[in-house]
Amino acid sequence: MPASRSTRIVLFVYGLLVIGLLYLPLVSVGFASVSRARYLSFPIKKYSSKWYAEALASGTVRDLLWTSLSVAVIVTILSVIIAFFGALAFARYEWRYRTTFQKLILLPIFFPQTVLGLALLMWFNSLGVIPSWKTAVVAHLVWIAPIATLIVAIRAYSFDPALEEAARDMGASTPTILKEITLPLLMPGLISAGLFAFLLSWGNFPLSLFATGADSTLPEWLYAKMVSGYSPLVPTLGIMSVVASLFLILAAFAIAWLVQTIRDSKAAQ
Amino acid sequence: MQQLNQKLGYLSALPMLAVFAIALFAPLVVVVLFSIMPSKVFSLANMPDFSAYSVFFSQGYYKSLIWSLGMALASTVILLVISWPLAYGMAKVFRKFTLVLTIAVVMSLFVSENIRLFGWVLTLMKGGLIEGHIRAWTGVGFDSPLYGVPIIIFGLVYVYLPFMLFPLAQGISMVPDDARQAAADLGATRWQIFRQIDVPLAAPGIVVGCLLSFVLAAGAVAESKILGGQAVITITDDIETAFTFGQDWPLGSSLSVILIVIIGTLALFGISRVDLDQIMGRKR
Repeated sequence: MPASRSTRIVLFVYGLLVIGLLYLPLVSVGFASVSRARYLSFPIKKYSSKWYAEALASGTVRDLLWTSLSVAVIVTILSVIIAFFGALAFARYEWRYRTTFQKLILLPIFFPQTVLGLALLMWFNSLGVIPSWKTAVVAHLVWIAPIATLIVAIRAYSFDPALEEAARDMGASTPTILKEITLPLLMPGLISAGLFAFLLSWGNFPLSLFATGADSTLPEWLYAKMVSGYSPLVPTLGIMSVVASLFLILAAFAIAWLVQTIRDSKAAQ
Repeated sequence: MQQLNQKLGYLSALPMLAVFAIALFAPLVVVVLFSIMPSKVFSLANMPDFSAYSVFFSQGYYKSLIWSLGMALASTVILLVISWPLAYGMAKVFRKFTLVLTIAVVMSLFVSENIRLFGWVLTLMKGGLIEGHIRAWTGVGFDSPLYGVPIIIFGLVYVYLPFMLFPLAQGISMVPDDARQAAADLGATRWQIFRQIDVPLAAPGIVVGCLLSFVLAAGAVAESKILGGQAVITITDDIETAFTFGQDWPLGSSLSVILIVIIGTLALFGISRVDLDQIMGRKR
């Protein structure tokens, strides 16, 4: 029962409308970031890039970016490693508690992040650990590693276990199989999981809020300025953070495309 | 072979379980223990007295909880209604546009939720993107819709759309076209097909979508703070305040425990009814 032409068009327009609404707030932030006035009001009368210059020159901004970046990079590396094994336990190996493990993985995703952040703060406190960006890594990890696992698991579902079994029959040890068969097969899943992990950590606010202690990530700083008085740097830094994410995504697509092209041309030879 | 699979299963689950043990279960235990401590202590070395729980009723914190759950329910219902046609389009109608939509929606998730909500403030405030331009063109302004309950629900709908849309699209794609075709051939109306074929067969997706958006919205705080100007206080807001300004960890913990129990019960109920192998497309 294919949809009629009119249904198709209505749904298509509806889809475009939803995409438009999703990004409308970012349009406003974008305009606000290039408004010259200290107190913003639309329509914008004078445009200027001075807030960008100010943001780039500011030491606070550099610290914020550095903290956010350190957290995101470490979270990405750890998440990918955990997700590689986690996905195998989730999708590949038939073991006794597999379905329980699958359900367990979903728990942190359902958990209110703010509450999780506070719970971690109390836990670190009772351990005598002083919160810093390192504890934020732990907080991000418990939420992001399960998501990365789900992404890798989708890939792990689609590969044929016979490949591993064949290698085993020929006498390959488990580490050899993991390295030579499983890892290359899961690689696309691992790369997208890494991308997700980085971007989710880079943009995360509720977990960072209580877990970073004296350090501050970019989203935290933005939030603090939003609720307690406006700073013209808020839209500027917001856009800078979005652009950074966008660059990363574009770079990932470009690299994926390049690898594919090289592989195709090799296969053609 | 079977035995090896067992061993490898346990081993490869280990790193994740270790993270859960130190960063999810242990903190949960601490929260539960703190929640039964007497008011305003900062260590667990006190006699438990459960006083924090009585405050939940006597100080009116239950109102925040009702607000949170009510707004979560409203946003979930709205999300279900507005996401269904789009999810249906993604699963059954669009071809390339499904990919475009998926990428567009996923990318929006990577932008910090603060920035997106703040963008709505700039869009909707008096002198904002919409009102400012309309006033400049027509000379007539209007009051900002910000700072009220409806705008908070709007914010929840906006932020949690992906969490309804994707499970729903996944659920609808599991409805076989043959079943719909057969029902139509037998003279079923559109409504009958929807009620008796689409909804029951897409049920796992509907359950996951509703559950995710309800649970996330129930624990949300940024929407009411940024868009709502704290017109109503959500339970998570109360929890935050108890920990920060209130300096009352046992109170914050007991409110957390109440929220966690409600959310946890719902989540476990839903998760236990869903077969993840099927949803995530296992082939064997």
